[in-house]
Amino acid sequence: MYSPEDTEMASTAGTLDSPVKQIQIEGMVVLKIIKHYQEEGQGSEVVQGVLLGLVVEDRLEITNCFPFPQHTEDDADFDEVQYQMEMMRSLRHVNIDHLHVGWYQSTYYGSFVSRALLDSQFSYQHAIEESVVLIYDPIKTGQGSLSLKAYRLTPKLMEICKEKDFTPEGLKKANIGFEHMFEEVPIVIRNSHLINVLMWELEDKSTVADKHELLNLSSSNHLEKSLQLLMDRVDDMSQDIVKFNTYSRNLSKQQQQKHQYLQRRQQENAQRQSRGEPQLPEEDINKMFKPPQPPPRMDTLLIAGQVNNYCQNVKEFTSQNLGKLFMAEALQGHN
Amino acid sequence: MSVFGPVVKIHPVVLASICDSYERRNEGASRVIGTLLGTIDKHSIEVTNCFSVPHNESEDEVAVDMEFAKNMYELHKRVSPTEVIIGWYATGFDITEHSVLIHEYYSREATNPIHLTADTALQSGKMNIRAYVSAQMGVPGKTVGVMFTPLSVKYIYYDTERIGVDLLQRTRMTPGRTKGLTSDLSQVAGSASRVQDMLTTVLAYIEDVLSGKVTADNSVGRFLMDLVNKVPTISAEDFENMLNSNINDLLMVTYLSNLTQAQIALNEKLVLL
Repeated sequence: MYSPEDTEMASTAGTLDSPVKQIQIEGMVVLKIIKHYQEEGQGSEVVQGVLLGLVVEDRLEITNCFPFPQHTEDDADFDEVQYQMEMMRSLRHVNIDHLHVGWYQSTYYGSFVSRALLDSQFSYQHAIEESVVLIYDPIKTGQGSLSLKAYRLTPKLMEICKEKDFTPEGLKKANIGFEHMFEEVPIVIRNSHLINVLMWELEDKSTVADKHELLNLSSSNHLEKSLQLLMDRVDDMSQDIVKFNTYSRNLSKQQQQKHQYLQRRQQENAQRQSRGEPQLPEEDINKMFKPPQPPPRMDTLLIAGQVNNYCQNVKEFTSQNLGKLFMAEALQGHN
Repeated sequence: MSVFGPVVKIHPVVLASICDSYERRNEGASRVIGTLLGTIDKHSIEVTNCFSVPHNESEDEVAVDMEFAKNMYELHKRVSPTEVIIGWYATGFDITEHSVLIHEYYSREATNPIHLTADTALQSGKMNIRAYVSAQMGVPGKTVGVMFTPLSVKYIYYDTERIGVDLLQRTRMTPGRTKGLTSDLSQVAGSASRVQDMLTTVLAYIEDVLSGKVTADNSVGRFLMDLVNKVPTISAEDFENMLNSNINDLLMVTYLSNLTQAQIALNEKLVLL
């Protein structure tokens, strides 16, 4: 089911003038990411790792990756930077590309638009212009099709993060909506000839997959969880909106008070002038009426982006399930 | 030929890494070696990870960077503490004398290490993947030799790995060896067409049996019986009801998510006024 937003997102992805227009991943990297999540990510929230590769013309080729250990409390003296440096140095000895080109992260039902992700991606993109973040969705993959997406921050968002100006005025100037925060880069998987030979061998030797998860009809479990997360986010959003409304109400009330005070001052001064007394000194208005703090808009943007993501996922899921239901109907019809 | 000893279960990640390190080998090196990591069970050894180790090999001597191997193992242990060194791998067709030396080194690191060979140079036309365990042989009292006894090799996958490998399989078809990731209904369509292919194969077999070309096999017949019976017989009314309620659920969820998206878009416009 294609909605107008889908086509709009697709068109913005096509017309971006970023340095990276396509991502090419080696099959081995995909397998490594899957394995990493499978082994280490069952209990905790996310697993992360580093992507290595190089940039060729307008393509970003990812040729290897290595995982990051989990952050555990009893490992406080663990130095991430040192681990990374050692890993890359060792990999260089075996002729593996040691250029850092991005990082990957697993997600739970599509909830990855968070402040932490934004900060990390910003620091990566600031240091290395072509870096991307790969989001791997293990639950969607478990349902039958590999779910791997690559995102970068749009140049507009980069500007804003650089200035750290998250007030409403700043965001209005840059004209950023939640759709323009991340841009998705299309992914292509490429295998060398030798790996292709390996694939033939594997197909020969291993049994046919007996689990066709993609054609599974049960949907309520997944839908429930997705909707639960969506509802939580919408609640957060509504709280945020309430905050913003109170702020703007306070602001307008304050404007009114200032106005009234000024008027009264002028009237008094006019009266005193007519009576010949000295005028009252002009007091600093700003000190009397402290303007209320404008709430930071960045969280709202993030929540809106997250809600958007959930909705997209839910829509994709429902469209697939509708197709499956119609197929099941056809099957019953012949019985 | 019966094989003793544990079964070796390999994950496709390991084989892909071996191929990749073979492709990136130094000039002049004819093969690459590396360490295998995994877990040991009572009857099986599961190989889940590996990394290559730089080494130099010439006619009469071999040098392996052991320091490097130890270092890498420490780094890997930080990420997955359950993996241990269970052996080593080498690309190439045969086992040479140098292999014995390297195997000795690895026996110091792990109890009874296994040795995996992958014929990446495709000398025999196929990529033979074999596993061996060393055994002492010789006459007691005299010099003892080492013999490599083969083990049986199986490939195992996690569910998600299986799906990943299926996707990778499809890169064989296109000339540029590339494949984009599809989404939405086209995935369901692809999966359905695969099932359809399988059904056509089964139908062709049945036709052959009916026309007498192939003798009927009872076990296959039983499977076919299971297959036909798997489609549940539900009265048309009940099925209609179930179908409609499911469709209604899905449509409602679609409507709600569209509504939410419209709502946040509106909110955006209002705030930025």
